[in-house]
Amino acid sequence: MSQRAAALKPEMQYADLAQQGETAQLGMWIFLATEVLFFGGMMAAYLAYRMTYNADFDAAAKESVIWIGSVNTAVLVTSSLTMVMAIHAAAERERQPIVYFLLATAALGLIFLGLKGYEYVEDYNDAVVPVLNFHPKEGNPGAVELFWLFYFYATLLHAVHLTIGIILVFFMAVRAKRGAFDAGYYAPLEVVGLYWSFVDTVWVFLFALIYPIGRSG
Amino acid sequence: MTVTTFIPAKSTAVKNYLTAGFGIRSWLLTTDHKRIGLMFFGSVTFFFFIGGAAATLIRLDLLDPAGRLVQPDMYNRLFTMHGVVMVWFFLIPSIPTTLGNFFLPLMIGAKDLAFPRLNLLSWYLFNASGILAVYFLLVGGVDTGWTFYTPLSSQYATGHVLPAAMAVFVNGFSSILTGLNFIVTTHRLRAPGMTWFRLPLFVWAIYATSLVMVLATPVLAMTLALMSMERFLGIGLFDPAIGGDPLLFQHLFWFYSHPAVYIMILPAMGVVSEVIACYARKPVFGYRGMAYALMSIAVIGFFVWGHHMFVTGMSLYSGVVFSFMSFIVAVPSAIKVFNWIATLHKGWITFDAPMLYALGFVGLFTTGGVTGLVVATLAADVHLHDTYFVIAHFHFIMVGGTVSAYFAGLHYWWPKITGRLYPEMWARLAAILTFTGFNFTFFPQFILGYLGMPRRYHAYPPEFQVWNVLSSAGASILAIAYILPLAYLGWSLLYGKRAGSNPWHATGLEWMTSSPPPEHNFVRTPVVTSAPYAYPDPETLADEPAGRRPQA
Ligand SMILES: [Cu+2]
Repeated sequence: MSQRAAALKPEMQYADLAQQGETAQLGMWIFLATEVLFFGGMMAAYLAYRMTYNADFDAAAKESVIWIGSVNTAVLVTSSLTMVMAIHAAAERERQPIVYFLLATAALGLIFLGLKGYEYVEDYNDAVVPVLNFHPKEGNPGAVELFWLFYFYATLLHAVHLTIGIILVFFMAVRAKRGAFDAGYYAPLEVVGLYWSFVDTVWVFLFALIYPIGRSG
Repeated sequence: MTVTTFIPAKSTAVKNYLTAGFGIRSWLLTTDHKRIGLMFFGSVTFFFFIGGAAATLIRLDLLDPAGRLVQPDMYNRLFTMHGVVMVWFFLIPSIPTTLGNFFLPLMIGAKDLAFPRLNLLSWYLFNASGILAVYFLLVGGVDTGWTFYTPLSSQYATGHVLPAAMAVFVNGFSSILTGLNFIVTTHRLRAPGMTWFRLPLFVWAIYATSLVMVLATPVLAMTLALMSMERFLGIGLFDPAIGGDPLLFQHLFWFYSHPAVYIMILPAMGVVSEVIACYARKPVFGYRGMAYALMSIAVIGFFVWGHHMFVTGMSLYSGVVFSFMSFIVAVPSAIKVFNWIATLHKGWITFDAPMLYALGFVGLFTTGGVTGLVVATLAADVHLHDTYFVIAHFHFIMVGGTVSAYFAGLHYWWPKITGRLYPEMWARLAAILTFTGFNFTFFPQFILGYLGMPRRYHAYPPEFQVWNVLSSAGASILAIAYILPLAYLGWSLLYGKRAGSNPWHATGLEWMTSSPPPEHNFVRTPVVTSAPYAYPDPETLADEPAGRRPQA
């Protein structure tokens, strides 16, 4: 196993593994720049309507399930910690801890998705799901619906990103267990870590846009 | 450019990229940027002729003021098809995915792009989106125009908006991945000594283009996704019935679609800089200024989108700002034109086909740019908005400019790509026909627009007929000019004279390797020691082939 790892060679277009690793990370940074603008288009739309329909958005946001949103924020922030611990373990070349921390990261991601699913059920019971079941209690129904459309688009898109992240993290755990990072080259892990932190950061922004706005006074 | 410790590949000793593998698998599973560039060339050429077929029908219909050739609804579908196919399936990918793919690694002395498999994925995504596009055309097309404005696209369109939007969405991710690959490659895979200010301007241009691709395209993807959801669910973020704002769609759409014009024109500027330097046999005048101009056009281009919306009722103050920013972007554009002219000054100019195309570009781009200032003027735009003046303006940039430069680059690098020389006289004829046909087609449209003929109508008052007939006649010349290269370039593949590694005596790393290049581009990694465009004194070139000798 370690022999195979020791024979690790850079791909043809790179001079050495260091160049290959740095290039992979730069690639992920550029991809994340794209993602910022991708989510940014939707958030710009949200902010435009937030300014136009301030009071209605406050009223709509009060119907969001803030305890789940808060717990989920804690879950994801913790998962970023375990992700970093996995990368640290890789830097220390300790195979078992990498696997454990990666599995913990993936598990926290799954907990988030489970809670999110439960929250969607609660939203349905609160009758705030556009198209399926929508009977808002307060505010101008049109503007309130704009808020909830944004809520579902944004959180579903985030959930898709998170699901991809969980698959990647799990895949990395399998590779780590097989000793792929024993030789000290763990750029793939760092790249996945970057992506994971990004998905986490997006959630922090979504949390701020969705949950607290109607409750601040 | 001086290159040391570097031995050119002997074409007999090393297999070139075309002979390195045979069979369909060696193409479909290739990670060689040169092969992928050629595969993109096949794809975009196919779509160029689809978009061209739609344009032909449009011009035929407009020969007659009553527009009897097609029904109004069919006409709507034709100009939508023409716009969607030409913008996303030809103009945006044209230079970057073909010439950019092929030459970016060669010009910086790299063995390939940073992520070769991602590059192949770009090609597959492009073709997947192409299949969706062909599908929406076959099942009946779309009548919204390429702009997909809501609520027309979401509530009232009768065409197949969802597959069309999906096609553009997937196409966007092909574009994003290509841009990402180019940016990372330029940062990380430059040969030793290839500093930023030793990069050829074509590389700068592709780099600036890639920034726009990566930062603007995702906004279009999101906008089209939101529009599609609105159409799919019957309710959405741009729906006025619940307080949504269709103008928000337009803002988001143009946030991408104005910079998209720079995705089309910046690579063209890069090609033209290479060609003019080579055929004037002089370094590009004001090299650094040219590089900074490319970058500033890319950046300022993000802050002008509102000029498409002056007459939507936007506030006067934001109109003034967008108008002002649009004027500002003309400054670096003008710097480029002046520097090309200064490069020609006292140059040793020969009028080979690539140079004819490049000079055509400079003239057409300048015309398109200056008329852009006319429509960027708030008061003038009230009169000219949505008229043929706008159509003529952006065709001068996107077709006159980009397509001319695309052909310039294709001819200039043809010997490097194929190892063969094209027939020079036929190529010059095509270049002259392109310039002539283009002006005949589109200059009358400036007049039509100024006289008040609106765009997107299949019929018009009889007094406009003479200009429309002129335009359609010009289009037939243009069609010949576009089909001609297909014939003689194809001919040259079999019967063209073998090109040496550097038939034009050009500078640049791509000319230092054999033609066609070996699989990994260079036998030994080149080391760069000086600035680009180090063209030698005319005297030292006395032993050139007769056609390249100075005409005393
Ligand atoms: Cu514009």
